[in-house]
Amino acid sequence: MKRNLRLGLLWSWFWMILGWLYFLLPLLATFLFSLRAKKDTLSFLAYERVFKDPNFWKTFAFSLEIGLITILAGLVLIVPTAYWIRLRLPRLRMVTEFVSMLPFVVPAIVLVFGLIRVFSGAPFYLTNTYLGTNALLVAAYIVLALPYLYRAIDTGLAAIDVRALTEAAQSLGAGWPVILLRIILPNLRVAMISAAFLTLATVMGEFTIASFLVGIKAFGPYMSLVGQNKTYESSSLAIISFALTWAFMGFIQLFSRGRAEAAPPGAH
Amino acid sequence: MRRLNNLFPFTKQGAHSARPVSSIPWRDALWVLPFFLFIFLFVFLPSASLLSGSFQDKWGNFTLQNYLDLFKPSILSAYWISIRISLASALGGGLLGFMMAYGITVGGLPRRLRTALLTFSGVASNFAGVPLAFAFMATLGRTGLITVLIQTLFGINLYERGFSIYSFWGLTFTYIYFQFPLMILIITPALDGLRREWREAAQILGASSWEYWRRVALPVLTPSILGAMILLFGNAFGAYATALSLTGGFINLITILIGSQIKGDVLQNLGLSYALAMGMVVVMAIMISIYYLLRRYSERWLKI
Repeated sequence: MKRNLRLGLLWSWFWMILGWLYFLLPLLATFLFSLRAKKDTLSFLAYERVFKDPNFWKTFAFSLEIGLITILAGLVLIVPTAYWIRLRLPRLRMVTEFVSMLPFVVPAIVLVFGLIRVFSGAPFYLTNTYLGTNALLVAAYIVLALPYLYRAIDTGLAAIDVRALTEAAQSLGAGWPVILLRIILPNLRVAMISAAFLTLATVMGEFTIASFLVGIKAFGPYMSLVGQNKTYESSSLAIISFALTWAFMGFIQLFSRGRAEAAPPGAH
Repeated sequence: MRRLNNLFPFTKQGAHSARPVSSIPWRDALWVLPFFLFIFLFVFLPSASLLSGSFQDKWGNFTLQNYLDLFKPSILSAYWISIRISLASALGGGLLGFMMAYGITVGGLPRRLRTALLTFSGVASNFAGVPLAFAFMATLGRTGLITVLIQTLFGINLYERGFSIYSFWGLTFTYIYFQFPLMILIITPALDGLRREWREAAQILGASSWEYWRRVALPVLTPSILGAMILLFGNAFGAYATALSLTGGFINLITILIGSQIKGDVLQNLGLSYALAMGMVVVMAIMISIYYLLRRYSERWLKI
């Protein structure tokens, strides 16, 4: 019995160590590699070069902006819907749950293919203008983020008594805008913040959709371009990007106080 | 939230004091219509457009030729490699993820390890695409850390032995990096649901550890494991950025084929490329159907 237990623990440790090596070795390798830009000595030269590149900041700002708009637009689209379905149309829940899983069946590359086919021609001509293209990019990202945006909001709503809150507010004379903005939204804060950072983590380095719609204006395609020409800079970008993802996830942990949220499938 | 509930504790008991929520149907529509309109425009329309395009020839006439063309060896092999890599990375990542999640739940590893692992998994499962490709080039590339390490420690040159980061295994190992953290995140709650009493009951009845897993724990976990595997498969199957930046497009994956088709009409046949895209949707649909079948089967088994 005791021997069994010890064997089990040994077994657990074996996989744990294997897994941590898998986690850490690539990071270590990338970091060490990124320090070798200067011959025969370790330096942060590759990082300096990356940070000095105006295109780094330009594309970074662009993707950040798109990410923030995606979050805002996505929440405006999803929160009222999820709220109303919980409150009044529970029969539709099956439908929205199914719909919000659809992006998973339609891979990003297929989605962008279809979007280009539909919106680049008549009657939309979205890809002809700067604004139209960016709007299409935001729409595509909302679709991409839909599975976890919707789920995060819906779980957030499940944790509060939507009906009681709404009726209490109504009995005190509140109208719909007040109910939504001052009662429901504050209660969904944690859920919305988790959803927001997950979206940001996906959008910031996203490559597939961005490369076909806006090209190297976005951060993902920019990284890819750097990777084709500059070896050391690309490793430093990988480290920067990892730190960024880490920061986003850290914020979620911070705001949700340690509640682990299952991450969704992203666009790889 | 808690503060508000305390302010209005009476609302929990009943709605008698509250005005009934208005019941005008158009108001319902007003609340949910934007969402469904969005879905129609940006999910349904693109898919339907590809679907209709896949049944048309160059002149817009109805044809099934595009789907017959999918069975050309070069295209079939692209699907096949994609499916194999997705399966391999889902199985490998699933196994590693399951074992690690096992360690932090029922395996009795320290509590602090659990928090660290879950946090790290959240990060790593989102660390994919271009930067992941860079990281694995520095790890398993021709002059990568592990490659050089194995060369100096064991005198084995991986690349002379046929390994390459651009190959099936190179890509599989890279994908596993985002696969197993996802498995950990999905399966940990399921493992938490295993009740200690079940194990004790099984032991009292004389079951060995193996028998307990074979006949109690695994059947209970099967639906969650199957669901996770489907998620992992789709995760790898749709991957484009990682593969493209890792191999520069030198591997014949279905996503890369579609990508080059969008950039320029490489196959000289647009209808065929729409069929290629629909083929991916069909593969995913088949995988999900298999999942539902297996799940039903496993649940029926559970009832007996």
